[in-house]
Amino acid sequence: MMLVSGFRLSYWGFSFNLVGIVASVVILFWAVVAIFAPLLTPYPIGLIVDYDYFGPMTSEFWLGTDYLGRDMLSRVLYGARYTVGIALAGVFLACFLGVTLGMAAASIGGLFDTVLSRFLDAFNSIPSLLFGLVVVAAVGSTIPVLIITLALIYAPGSYRFSRALAVNINTMDFVTVAKARGEGTLYVIREEIFPNIISPVLADFGLRFVWIVLLLSGLSFLGIGVQPPNADWGALVRENLGALPFGAPAVIVPSFAIASLTISVNMLIDNLPQRVRDQGE
Amino acid sequence: MNGLILSVLLQRLGIALISLFIVSLAVFAATEMLPGDVAEILLGQAATPDAVAGLREAMGLNEPAIYRYFRWLGGLLTGDMGTSYVNDTSVASMIGDRLSNTLKLAGVAALLSVPLAMFLGVTSAMFRLSPYDRIISFLTIAVISVPEFMLATGGVLIFAVYLQWVPALSLASEVSSFGELLRTFALPVGILTVTVSVQMSRMTRAALIDILSSPYVEMATLKGASMPRVVLKHALPNAIGPIANAVALSLSYLVGGVIIIETVFNYPGVAKLMVDAVATRDLPLIQSCAMIFCFSYLFLITLADIAGILANPRLRT
Repeated sequence: MMLVSGFRLSYWGFSFNLVGIVASVVILFWAVVAIFAPLLTPYPIGLIVDYDYFGPMTSEFWLGTDYLGRDMLSRVLYGARYTVGIALAGVFLACFLGVTLGMAAASIGGLFDTVLSRFLDAFNSIPSLLFGLVVVAAVGSTIPVLIITLALIYAPGSYRFSRALAVNINTMDFVTVAKARGEGTLYVIREEIFPNIISPVLADFGLRFVWIVLLLSGLSFLGIGVQPPNADWGALVRENLGALPFGAPAVIVPSFAIASLTISVNMLIDNLPQRVRDQGE
Repeated sequence: MNGLILSVLLQRLGIALISLFIVSLAVFAATEMLPGDVAEILLGQAATPDAVAGLREAMGLNEPAIYRYFRWLGGLLTGDMGTSYVNDTSVASMIGDRLSNTLKLAGVAALLSVPLAMFLGVTSAMFRLSPYDRIISFLTIAVISVPEFMLATGGVLIFAVYLQWVPALSLASEVSSFGELLRTFALPVGILTVTVSVQMSRMTRAALIDILSSPYVEMATLKGASMPRVVLKHALPNAIGPIANAVALSLSYLVGGVIIIETVFNYPGVAKLMVDAVATRDLPLIQSCAMIFCFSYLFLITLADIAGILANPRLRT
């Protein structure tokens, strides 16, 4: 219900310009690909279809073949599942943790707020790629571990952002009234604070999604993200790095897939109506 | 240097120390998360119960975690970083001269990126909404939006494969002349510089534009000062604090960037060592490298914060 009314509200203001429309189309495209990947792939992803490796773009294999002679189009379409899926799960978890804790800290205040803020700030001072390396070295790289790690890395930033917003809302009269009425913290943050910070939080959600896609791709590129036989876009670049001297599509296409997604999300956020975007600053 | 400024500085240093302590806890905790037993993993096929018990005893794994944590921390502080699990040599000697290689790469990139970012940020704030500003803004968004490894592989593809201006690998040991040194380092340093400076220039532009919308700047414009004069003489000195902050935050990109760049170019630095250590799960080595990176990062951030505090005229009386 909340989300629906939030959507309609911003819908009135959506005087999308061309860049915004193109960006949304690209994002929608990858979302559809991620959902329907098994129906769209022309060949099974593990099947070696061509004796030639790093093949060029042909009518048979639209995006060429990879280092084992597998169909690149199928692998990129399937890679969308891993990249988009893991990043979405990670960003949902990160924002859920960050926003909930941020609102709670703003609403409760006092020692809880101070200790949590200090602790998460310190946590934030571990460079993200480094944190990923240490965790993967310790517990190995499985998809649930990746999602939790990515969420933990980006939750402190989300906490900081939503806490700053919630502190302002928390001083409003209607929050004081709700607290005076005897409502609990959970009610206050859910019913009073959250609806008032939803639009900047959504913009932040988008940015964080981009960062998570970039970090996930980086981890996979280093060989410590998604493990074979599965491959996200970062892992596809790594696998086919040998194609670099030939300039084969196998290494270029997954790179462009990543770039098209992240640039589109950034452009969409940049072209949101001023009113929605600037509330958070 | 008055009392107020001193207390602010001390407080900042205290926060840095607390952060470092929490970071060391987190890095140490990573070993504790290891499923199963270090001794068992090390012995692999030869893990008879007796051998595991013996190795556990020898490694001190039977002691409580808190005790091992403080011994590890004490060792780090005195320069004893422990012994590598994989090849049984001391971690300190493995890191040794690789550290100077990494510092060279990161240092040169930082030295180049700050002036570049300042130039781009200040000029695009000066001519904001002009075609120049729009082009810079589009390019910086594009660079921020793509992963670092894509810039690196793209750079290799264009400059080393197609144009053949520079070699694709950088092996610092095989460099004989100065010209060769430049050629070898140009690509890794250049790409690292670009990744770090785009974020910095965006934040510089934002900080400066923020100041440009304040009433005293309007006053300066109304009295007839030229645009460059308003920006450079009136706005810039007040933007130094936020800009120092932007520099600090961008340095996190330097740490992430170094890891990717060293891997792509096979550069013999600490980051490459660490990535290789992850493959073999050599935890003492990983922990030491992680602490080196976290320490340098916190050091730079604190330094930039202090610069920001010192540049704030309200604190300087």
